[in-house]
Amino acid sequence: MTEFLQSINWSPLWISLKTGLVATVIAFFLGIFCARKVMKLHPTARGILDGILTMPLVLPPTVAGFFLLLIFSVKRPLGSFLLENFDWKIVQTWKGCVIAAAVIAFPLMYRNARAAFEQVDVNLIYAGETLGMSDSRIFWKVVMPTAAPGIASGTVLAFARAIGEYGATSMLAGNILGKTRTVSVAIASETAAGNYGMAGFWVAVIILISFVIVAAINVVSGRGMKTKRWM
Amino acid sequence: MAVSIDIQKKFRGFELRVKLESGSGAMGILGASGSGKSMTLRCIAGIEKPDAGRIIVNGKTMFDSERGINLKPQERRIGYLFQNYALFPTMTVEENIGCGFRGRRNSTCGGKAERAVKIGDFIQRYQLQGLEKHYPSQLSGGQQQRVALARMMIGEPEMILLDEPFSALDGYLKDVMQRDMQDFLKDYPGDMMLVTHSRDEAYKFCTHLMLMREGRAMISGEIKEIFEHPKLLDAARLTGCKNFSRIERLDEHHLYALDWGIRLAVEEAVGQDVTHVGIRGHWMRPAEEERENCLPVEVTEYIETTFEHQYMIKNPRMAETQCVWWMRPKSSFSERADEGVPPYLCLPPEHLMLLREN
Repeated sequence: MTEFLQSINWSPLWISLKTGLVATVIAFFLGIFCARKVMKLHPTARGILDGILTMPLVLPPTVAGFFLLLIFSVKRPLGSFLLENFDWKIVQTWKGCVIAAAVIAFPLMYRNARAAFEQVDVNLIYAGETLGMSDSRIFWKVVMPTAAPGIASGTVLAFARAIGEYGATSMLAGNILGKTRTVSVAIASETAAGNYGMAGFWVAVIILISFVIVAAINVVSGRGMKTKRWM
Repeated sequence: MAVSIDIQKKFRGFELRVKLESGSGAMGILGASGSGKSMTLRCIAGIEKPDAGRIIVNGKTMFDSERGINLKPQERRIGYLFQNYALFPTMTVEENIGCGFRGRRNSTCGGKAERAVKIGDFIQRYQLQGLEKHYPSQLSGGQQQRVALARMMIGEPEMILLDEPFSALDGYLKDVMQRDMQDFLKDYPGDMMLVTHSRDEAYKFCTHLMLMREGRAMISGEIKEIFEHPKLLDAARLTGCKNFSRIERLDEHHLYALDWGIRLAVEEAVGQDVTHVGIRGHWMRPAEEERENCLPVEVTEYIETTFEHQYMIKNPRMAETQCVWWMRPKSSFSERADEGVPPYLCLPPEHLMLLREN
């Protein structure tokens, strides 16, 4: 047993957690930003944009991976622009992991944030305005705290999705041990190589993390619920 | 101190077109639901933007579509009391009231202390001692309303707007809160506007009244004047009058009520444009013999309310579908309905309202 543990290269776990964390931060701000912007749009435009922003959630992650490859390939305008001006390479690097995970996790954050904002009574915002509170103060003091349970569960879900991401990550970032091999990618490649013991170990790790996350959501969304539940 | 409004706004297939000039004091806006009275209030506060027109409060232009002026609600200093109070659910009573504090909020010395003192003062004034750390969901309806009032008043608004403040309440609590509110508003130096669908509320709180229907201001003026001389048939209905009859003008002080089958003497001069006559059920007086302005009484229906007998009265001379409501205060709960029903009812000339259909 100790021998087995010693033989483990822990890098996939750290890469997964690091990727998840950074991708969640990106999805958090981008999701909230888009949720606010989309809510202010005309209903027709809102419907269309909402559909586009939700696509990564319903499409197979490999489709997202395909598009990301098209966008960030160094042979394409954006990819070559990033490489030349910032010396940023996305494909087959850790940055690719983050971008793939952020794109896949984004819709969960965005949708939860939007649902949470829509629950906020618009009269609260109007009340803040007539009381002379600035728009940013209304957003941070009134809207965000009222929407907090929904935002929090969106964040946790986005994190869970980000650390478990496989399809888009393996297409955009590949499978380089110590660089881009995340836990989910490791499970696939260990299984393919017939190392069921190692694959099983990573499966156990993922199950443990996921369980902790689900429990965290329940704690977070259970708090702040002062009204009676229907059951 | 005055308000001048002339605005137009289209919304949900409905057009709001309100013109109002009001002096200082308490103005009531009375109308059925969907008549645009709340929308008018929201336009004044700056929460909604009219399509065109202008809004001037105390000489300050809040909105003027021609000059491209549209002050943000924050710049208007107009207090708004929402129907559901709109207290911030994640903040305590203290924090809620603090949100209404205008002035230096940052940590520069003085600002913070001044704020704390003022919040404490308002908590006292609105009888919220001991509830400072409570959240809105832990408060009763009356306490919530006091917090909302304190939060609005601490910012020293130039004018306050109350949007159906009592519609969510009933019975005893409503009476208590109306009395409290009158007490709190007693010393307020600015103007007030109250939107309501209850004529009693309007009568209690306001010195002036505007009646609204389908997005239009029907009539406005001094409140007693409007209740006494509504001038328009719909305005009379809105102020609670139930008895109307079409008329034929006989001479300057006489008319024939077609639907009641009676010749009536009236105090007011009957203009050529008068189409209807109306009388409030409370103003009719019992009479023992047939005199001028008297209707023979035949009770067709009777409704008993808590403190009132309500009779629906008919007589053979009246049109088939017509009847007249007569309200009589009870002297006791045991009093029988048929006790004291007179053979005739007199319609006093000074209480007859001369109305135009449009």
